Amino acid sequence: MKSNKLLIIITGAIIGAIAVLLVKFGNPANMGFCIACFIRDTAGALKLHSAAIVQYMRPEIIGLVLGASIMAFSKKEMIARSGSNPLIRFVLGFFVMVGALMFLGCPLRMMLRIGGGDFNAIVGLVGFVGGILLGILALNKGFSLNRAYKVSNSESYVFPLIQIVFLVVLAGIPSLLVFSEEGPGSMHAPLLMSLAGGLIVGALAQRARFCTVAGIRDSIMFRDFSMLYGFIVLIVVTIIVNLAFNFFNPGFEGQPVAHTDGLWNFLGMTLVGFGSVLLGGCPLRQLILAGEGNIDSVITVIGMFIGAAFCHNFGLAASADGPSANGPYAVVIGLIVVALIAVVNIAGNRKKGA
Amino acid sequence: MVVDARGCSCPQPVLMTKKALAKESKLEVLVDNNTAMNNVSRFAQSQGCTVNVKPAEADGEYTIEISK
Repeated sequence: MKSNKLLIIITGAIIGAIAVLLVKFGNPANMGFCIACFIRDTAGALKLHSAAIVQYMRPEIIGLVLGASIMAFSKKEMIARSGSNPLIRFVLGFFVMVGALMFLGCPLRMMLRIGGGDFNAIVGLVGFVGGILLGILALNKGFSLNRAYKVSNSESYVFPLIQIVFLVVLAGIPSLLVFSEEGPGSMHAPLLMSLAGGLIVGALAQRARFCTVAGIRDSIMFRDFSMLYGFIVLIVVTIIVNLAFNFFNPGFEGQPVAHTDGLWNFLGMTLVGFGSVLLGGCPLRQLILAGEGNIDSVITVIGMFIGAAFCHNFGLAASADGPSANGPYAVVIGLIVVALIAVVNIAGNRKKGA
Repeated sequence: MVVDARGCSCPQPVLMTKKALAKESKLEVLVDNNTAMNNVSRFAQSQGCTVNVKPAEADGEYTIEISK
């Protein structure tokens, strides 16, 4: 087996195992990792929104970024680049978050939910594949964001340094932050364990270029299935470890931090898939790239932060009871905005080419 | 034919290679990161092409010579 494929498979297996262990030690069920939920929780801890049940500065996010930074630095891949339509990426990041908080999870948590027996996440997966197909259609029609250029290397250290500041505040002066006293935000593994889980997964994901979108996108576009194996292994290992801990609970009803509204689970993940293909990678991949000095990905992550804050400040995020009153409008607007971004970009590129 | 895929995000470098390969049998693809280098090389090999990767002068950049 080629080393690249082996690394992807090992990474998928380790992510699945660590995710269930984090649940075992305190994280919400099927939420060992969730880039969307954890960015949302961190936004809450920083008082960017005040939804009392989802506020905690998640050390997993800090660890993922720093793990990627340390690995990239040691492999001389820490290179600052920027300038690829940053504001469009911000908007795409914003709406990817709107879609994820309708479904209640990023694509990684979708896989963990499937691995926990949550059938609603299979509906989400179908929507996710649909969104990826829309993105592929755009790519094949000529969608392409501008190229990025190298910028001064000091730029690449800013985002990891912000994470170190977050870590110092979290460990040293937590009174500056707001933490949930009940609900998912109050459930978390011990700080060091969460941090270590993030560091390991961040470093591995950086090496393997792990991306939940790439697995499906590249299988369809290029018959390149290597990333898809990682995707499948992740789900299989999650199922096995969940079974070992007696966490596996198949069905639609009563799933943890999830709702059963099929239409909006589907459309939420369609928005995530579509937006992520245009961005060039899933939320996890954006976080890893942000750690490597990709400033366009940093802007995308900031878009996700602001998107999460908006979702809770304006009642757009779904809950275990289902979509909120405003959420469906936000998802539809998101789908329209992402489609418009694609159409305008394609038209512009055709003009340039003609 | 030279394909300049430097600074492009995934999966543009592979897509540009795929489009160029449909028209030409000899290509030079320029990329500026390891991920794109691996992805383009793997794609070209899967198409039965001969692939030769040369590090370029600038740090982290590569020239990938592909011939059918």
